[in-house]
Amino acid sequence: MSASFAGSIAVKYFIIGICGLAALVLVSLLVGAVTLSPHDLLSGQSEKARLILFSSRVPRTISLVLAGASMAIAGSIMQMLSRNRFVEPGTSGTIESAVFGLLLATLIAPGLPVFAKMLLSVTSALLGTVLFLAVLERAPLRSPLLVPLVGLMLGGVINAAATFIAYRFDVLQSLVGWSTGDFSMVLRGRYELLWVSFVAAVAAYVIADRFTLAGLGQDISSNLGVNYRRTMIVGLGIVALVTASVVATVGAVPFVGLVVPNVVSIAIGDNVRRAVPWTALLGAVFVLGCDIVGRTMIRPYEIPLGSIVGVLGSAIFLLLLKRAASRYG
Amino acid sequence: MAEPTDSRRPTTMLVFLAALASVAALAFLTVDLGPNWSYAVGLRTQKIVALVLVAYAIATSTIVFQTITENRILTPSILGFDAFYILIQTVLAYGFGHLSMSHVDPRILFLLQTGIMVGASVLIYRWMLDGRKRDLQFVALAGLMFGILLRSVSNFLQRVIDPGEFAVLQDRMFASFNLVHADLLGISAVLIGVASLIGWRMRSDLDVLALGRDTAINLGLDYTRAVRVALFLVSVLVSVSTALVGPVTFFGLLVAHLAYRIAGTHRHAFILPAAVFIASTILIAGQFILERLFAFTTSLSIIIEFFGGIVFLFLITRRAA
Repeated sequence: MSASFAGSIAVKYFIIGICGLAALVLVSLLVGAVTLSPHDLLSGQSEKARLILFSSRVPRTISLVLAGASMAIAGSIMQMLSRNRFVEPGTSGTIESAVFGLLLATLIAPGLPVFAKMLLSVTSALLGTVLFLAVLERAPLRSPLLVPLVGLMLGGVINAAATFIAYRFDVLQSLVGWSTGDFSMVLRGRYELLWVSFVAAVAAYVIADRFTLAGLGQDISSNLGVNYRRTMIVGLGIVALVTASVVATVGAVPFVGLVVPNVVSIAIGDNVRRAVPWTALLGAVFVLGCDIVGRTMIRPYEIPLGSIVGVLGSAIFLLLLKRAASRYG
Repeated sequence: MAEPTDSRRPTTMLVFLAALASVAALAFLTVDLGPNWSYAVGLRTQKIVALVLVAYAIATSTIVFQTITENRILTPSILGFDAFYILIQTVLAYGFGHLSMSHVDPRILFLLQTGIMVGASVLIYRWMLDGRKRDLQFVALAGLMFGILLRSVSNFLQRVIDPGEFAVLQDRMFASFNLVHADLLGISAVLIGVASLIGWRMRSDLDVLALGRDTAINLGLDYTRAVRVALFLVSVLVSVSTALVGPVTFFGLLVAHLAYRIAGTHRHAFILPAAVFIASTILIAGQFILERLFAFTTSLSIIIEFFGGIVFLFLITRRAA
């Protein structure tokens, strides 16, 4: 099979995927506590429908797509850098550190604008991830399963520290909010930070090859002309930025960065250039789909996205784990 | 290196640990009583009883579990036992509608939940057998993930069934250290008493089990039966502790390792009571410090999770070497 033939098939499937996403976007615009009809959408006659659409549904849909795509890419960057399939912001202490940073920012300087708080959160997320790598460094033998295990534990410890502080200063509500992704509060003017994370994720696509090389380790990647340290810092920085901006706007969205890249890799292999667009697309589809389910299941109430992603994500994680175990015996 | 054959050292140690636990309990009971002392003493006694029961249940279940699974890192709660209990509780309480909340005696619900837990321990037993063949990190990771899955499903169901009163119901239904379910104290004590009798009778069996499956069978132990009884104990004890104060993931690990270190023997006749005393001391002293020093703004389980998590990190990274 020639490369261009395979390429054209890939393009065809990708276009089908885009159409699927577009369909979900349409559903997402119409469905919610108040159901709009396609007629409302097109005519723009009803004042109420227009208000719902532009101040709530459109921002919500855009933020779901942005958050899903960028969290999925963040996960795949981490997997490239660590060469471990089970690492993502939720299994490396990154999400918990981002939440911790946001908590500190809110307590120390409650008057800061959201963007400044997010920067603190980014710093904290980056430090947390570096701490994670340092703990791993201590373990002489790096079994592939040890890595997420350490990350989950570290996340638990950081979360316990955050909960302790939140209890003391009576901001447990905010902490719970940041720890559970929920898009029901997204309104125009409150989600635009997510564009930052999306731009960072696109930047990651441009230099994706370097992450693959850096994943080969310091010696090999230096030999191949890649500045190892700088690539690691850039990669982890992007991951921290994406995670922190998602946490700051809608709360933690775990598992997406793990489930999506793994599924993509099973389906089309490990060619990063080809995989990244798919990862972004499927990430958006996954998150959008989960949110639509959460919106429709118990209308007019909602189930927060974090709750649904938690169930699906951990179930798929277990399946992937079983798959990996049966392959390595 | 030979173990000391005389039991003087472990016995002294046990007496010391018991004294420590008593001091903690006494301090908890008497310090800062105030004018309305009879009321306060009653309330505090109830709290101490609850803490001791929980300490007992967690310490014993963890050590018995670690003995029969021949490892010192995995514990019932790391493998998601208590998350499973919460799921059963959610399904039962919400599944029957709110009728069950107000009309059914909580003790009957509790017994029903414990019964289901024991039944499910058969499944967990198979999972554990699989686990011994697999490597530890796989089992630990899968167990943790399984716990997350069970918790997410519980959370999901709670929201689906009653989205409006989600938070209120969650507080009322599920126990924590600050909200001990006192109406279950009596029945918990009875269950623990029965479990202890069985456990104490099989203390030597446990010593043999600790030598490993093959050796135990060689020494003439009815292995399958012993493990089954032990698992029965574990599921009952986990049910008791989760029903009283909710899930505490790492407390068992923390206590078991302190007990292994301090007891200085492999005999369960010493390790088990040592662990119970240590656990009681930590819980009572911890609650004392939190209530009086921090004026109740923090839940004990958070601090336990913090230190327990660090211990686990330390153990698992060192073990990999």
